[in-house]
Amino acid sequence: MASAAPAASKRAFQARALFGAANLPDIIFRTIVFLFGALTLLVLIAIIVASMVKESSQSIGVFGLSFLHTTVWDPVKEQFGALTFMYGTIVTSILGLLIATPISLGVAIFAVELAPPWLGNSISIVVELLAAIPSVLLGLWGIFVMVPFLQRVVEPAFIERFPDLPLFEGPPYGVGLLAGGLILAIMVIPTIVAISRDVMVTVPVAQREAMLALGATNWESTTWAVLPYARSGLLGAIVLGLGRALGETMAVTMVIGNQPQISASLFHPAYTMASVIANEFTEATFDLYLSALTEVGLLLFGVTIIMNMLARLLVWSTARASQQLGGA
Amino acid sequence: MASSAFNTGGSLPRRQFINRVMGALLCLSAAVALTPLLLVIGFILANGISGINLDLLTKLPKPVGELGGGMGNAFLGTAILIALASLFGVPIGVLAGIYLSEFGNTGFARILRFLTDVLTGVPSIIIGIVAYTLVVVPTHSFSAVAGGVALAIIMIPVVTRTTEEALRRVPNALREASLGLGVHEWKTMMYIVLPAGLGGIVTGVMLAIARISGETAPLLFTAFGSRFWQDGLGNPIAAVPLQVYKYALAPYKDWHDQAWAAAFILMMLILILNVGVRVVTRSGFQKIR
Repeated sequence: MASAAPAASKRAFQARALFGAANLPDIIFRTIVFLFGALTLLVLIAIIVASMVKESSQSIGVFGLSFLHTTVWDPVKEQFGALTFMYGTIVTSILGLLIATPISLGVAIFAVELAPPWLGNSISIVVELLAAIPSVLLGLWGIFVMVPFLQRVVEPAFIERFPDLPLFEGPPYGVGLLAGGLILAIMVIPTIVAISRDVMVTVPVAQREAMLALGATNWESTTWAVLPYARSGLLGAIVLGLGRALGETMAVTMVIGNQPQISASLFHPAYTMASVIANEFTEATFDLYLSALTEVGLLLFGVTIIMNMLARLLVWSTARASQQLGGA
Repeated sequence: MASSAFNTGGSLPRRQFINRVMGALLCLSAAVALTPLLLVIGFILANGISGINLDLLTKLPKPVGELGGGMGNAFLGTAILIALASLFGVPIGVLAGIYLSEFGNTGFARILRFLTDVLTGVPSIIIGIVAYTLVVVPTHSFSAVAGGVALAIIMIPVVTRTTEEALRRVPNALREASLGLGVHEWKTMMYIVLPAGLGGIVTGVMLAIARISGETAPLLFTAFGSRFWQDGLGNPIAAVPLQVYKYALAPYKDWHDQAWAAAFILMMLILILNVGVRVVTRSGFQKIR
């Protein structure tokens, strides 16, 4: 924690920086930093939003709300509805999150609460390195290793054991919703682990000590003292993972099968919003087609932005609570 | 609430048993999480290493159906794209970082900081659409510049936030000492604060480069890819991740081998950048303390 004196002098420095200095070079310096740094960044963000909205306006005008609840995507007839892609994105993301959340929270709890520091730290470093592996490399592994494995081993086993369940219906293609969900789980685990670890580290040690002094076991101290305290931050970590999963493009495009259909079976090929943009954007030969694809992007953009804002607010609220209690 | 939870915990042996079972499960989840990720690295190493040769790095791709050739143009293209992205992105990112660190207590700065964090989470394919609208549509051509702009937009928030963090770690006493001697603010910044925070800024830039060097989605309809040596910045340009993507989906065994080999090189580059930066900054911290 910074003591009061440096904070005050930093404020003084900033006050001087903003109002005090009256000589020309410093005014030029401040102007450059503001114009080319802060303002450019802000304008850039504004341009991103504006260009997405402007490019999709034609499609919004033509299809209106039916874009969201119709399934026909036919460039020849100039008929566009995004429901199929929204379905694929939502199912794969939720599937990925269902798999990734318990595992990631387990890893974070293990690294922070149970493992000796050297092991906990090494796990965090390895997980962070894995987060740096590009999506296209995971997709490469997905196509040549994971998909054949699913097709030959996993999917036939499920189909044989649950012949009547619509969830596991149909021939084992390998590619499909299940493959997409699995690859997304692998991709969001590092995100959720990293953030939830950061959140749990901010829980004051006194919380745990109090529980242990009362005779609680390690697990009881974790579930009663640490997890409730970190709850909103952990939720933030999961939401951030969801945001990442929704917008993930390359790895999913490579294993989902890219067939626009809505099917209950996890083994059927499907299509996601990000994949349709990746596959069709360069083939969009007329304005309305391009505009419809951009509208798919705008939807994705809006949803991920909301997820991100929500996640940051949740994580921030935990951090602030710890600071107020003098923790961290 | 806590006391009632304690009561339902049961006898001590039972509670200790639960503790041990949960401990084992957590340990298992760590193993489950790391396995697929290590499998990915393992397979890329195993399948990629045999395909590494000088041809891959120096030759052009052969026409479809002919064996051999390489993707030298893609490696050159990725280097050009990284250079362009850094050229556009680093100055804006560093200046915005300076602003947030030195003048960052205003409401405007707080909003900007929040938006920057949110920008980090925007899917990279969306950035591709934006760069397409901003550069490809007006110039009527896929180009290296368009790819550079897309990658720069991804780079900027990373550089901004790491620059801010690095400058915040510079002790205020340094600023005060300099200003107290009557040194101008801009000189204090240029000769005192920036040099002190330079290590952190370079770290941020390196990590940003590691991130963009593997980006594929934003290049699909900006850089577009090419099978020839680069001819000016206004033309489509090849990139390693694009080439890996195209080769992986193609039906030729020879192309698959090249995709693995290129993936191997790309992954090593990214891991070395990440590990190197961590090792350097760790030793740097110890020196400061």
